[in-house]
Amino acid sequence: MATVTPVRKRPPDDTKLALLFIAPALIGFVVFMLWPTLRGIWLSFTRFNLLTAPEWIGFDNYVRMVQDPVFWNALKVTVYYVVVNIALQTALALAIAVMMQRLTKRTWLRGIVLTPYLVSNVVAAMIFLWILDYQLGIGNKVIELIGLDRVAFLADSAWVIPTIAVINVWRHVGYTALLIFAGLQTIPESMYEAGRVDGASELTMFRRITLPLLRPILALVLIITVVGSFQVFDTVAITTRGGPVDSSRVLQYYIYDMAFGRFQFGYASAMSVGLLAVLVVITFLQYRLTRASSSDLA
Amino acid sequence: MATTAVATGAVRDISDTSGPPRRPFHIGRLLAWIFMILVILASLFPFYWMLRTALSSNNALYAGSDSLLPVDPSLGGFQRVFGLQTGQEALDAGGAGQPIDFWHYLANSVIVATLITAGQVFFSAMAAYAFARLRWKHREKVFGFFLAGLMIPAIFTLLPNFVLIKELGLVDTLLGISLPTMLMTPFAVFFLRQFFLGISREVEEAALVEGASKVRVFFRLILPMSSAPIATLAILTYITSWNEYFWPLMVSYTDRSRVLTVALGVFKSQTPQTGPDWAGLMAATLVAALPMLILFFVFAKRIVNSIGFSGIK
Repeated sequence: MATVTPVRKRPPDDTKLALLFIAPALIGFVVFMLWPTLRGIWLSFTRFNLLTAPEWIGFDNYVRMVQDPVFWNALKVTVYYVVVNIALQTALALAIAVMMQRLTKRTWLRGIVLTPYLVSNVVAAMIFLWILDYQLGIGNKVIELIGLDRVAFLADSAWVIPTIAVINVWRHVGYTALLIFAGLQTIPESMYEAGRVDGASELTMFRRITLPLLRPILALVLIITVVGSFQVFDTVAITTRGGPVDSSRVLQYYIYDMAFGRFQFGYASAMSVGLLAVLVVITFLQYRLTRASSSDLA
Repeated sequence: MATTAVATGAVRDISDTSGPPRRPFHIGRLLAWIFMILVILASLFPFYWMLRTALSSNNALYAGSDSLLPVDPSLGGFQRVFGLQTGQEALDAGGAGQPIDFWHYLANSVIVATLITAGQVFFSAMAAYAFARLRWKHREKVFGFFLAGLMIPAIFTLLPNFVLIKELGLVDTLLGISLPTMLMTPFAVFFLRQFFLGISREVEEAALVEGASKVRVFFRLILPMSSAPIATLAILTYITSWNEYFWPLMVSYTDRSRVLTVALGVFKSQTPQTGPDWAGLMAATLVAALPMLILFFVFAKRIVNSIGFSGIK
């Protein structure tokens, strides 16, 4: 009821209430994001085994890092993984997204394609460990049936990274395809109608309409997936533990091993900073692009 | 969509069966469908294979490794996974013989995922409301900080966070696993703020004029009006925390705090190296995967439609 006295001028400041409302999140942010970030950088300049207090050693960890052949190998293996993983995943996701766009936009199809994304990396790794087993895996049975030799997918140093890349493509390609699919929805159907009137084939329309209009979104998707791809750990930890020898020792696994296997938290932190530097550059690009394309469908 | 787009084409599709194809369009369509069917098979077959193996008896897998149906169907794998077989029985069936109880890990996973989801969504919603609707000094600056948090890859904070959790004495506890993501993620705050900003101010103003406090407006108006995005966020958060492996692997050491993903890794490392207990392993994998698959089955539409450019993590 309008018992409103001359419209009460509200105090323009809700500081107290706002503090109350953001307090838990702010604590979470400061304690578990900001502080650990700073601390991680600080730890990279120390020798620290978790039992005694960290000891400041300046740039020693970074000097060691530059001279550590295992680190460089890990970086190489990681980049190799990222390239195989992203190339395969993006090409496949693009194909799936376009097919869904042109064939049927039914939710069930998108649901099926997304299903692998719902299970953990660990589950995906376990399933493929079994499917690709040298002795009994159905994958090798099929290969034999075709008349080829069995492949020790996860025990052969030449196969191990492509195999891990494919396992992760299996889990992530549906998600990536749906991101691209969302991008495709922004292309007006009238463009395709016009293309058809002009007698363009599906392939021509893909090259002349879809790809050019999708490029900014594709770039965005690419950067997001690359950042995720660089952080590969779970699959390696379950399937190979970095082996055989160091052929699947990706950077994140080396860091984990250094920290929890050898308790060299300082050196592990320095390598984390190295990885962070790479990721921040990529994320920064992503951020710029997100704002530039302003295609937020929220 | 494609079929309704061009009316003439659709009509001809039906009458075209006898005559020669006008152009290779139909073949392209057929190839496209074949491709999609292969994609569907590739997406689903591994799940079937997991189920088929979980329902086989391990010792029979060696002889029947190419059978498409469960070989010598048995629930033995599940019995081992839930600790219902004695050590000797398990050994005879090709298992590891160590006692293992996935009910316990299932419970741990449920607790961790629930704690994280409830905490993260609620506290992020509160913060998002403060950022979207309350007027206070430095609001934009603080929000900028939160946004910058989006740029810190989660993986970087794990090591220092482990040191912190250790200092807090929370190593090997469920709370220790949950705490870092229980209070907020920048994504959740950002995601909800977007929705709150989109809610019409008029309803809110009306309530305020009638004397409702802003706290009341938040609980009685904002939260109910955004129940759809909140539910979506909750489901996504639940799935993410359920599937998390790296962080719980660092924090949990014993059964006390082992969640399913970590338990699965341990179970795998216990299995005999020569002749692994594949039936048991796939049964365990199925147990770890099934709750999320059920969740997906129930909320498929919501989850599928949430993936767009607002859903980027």
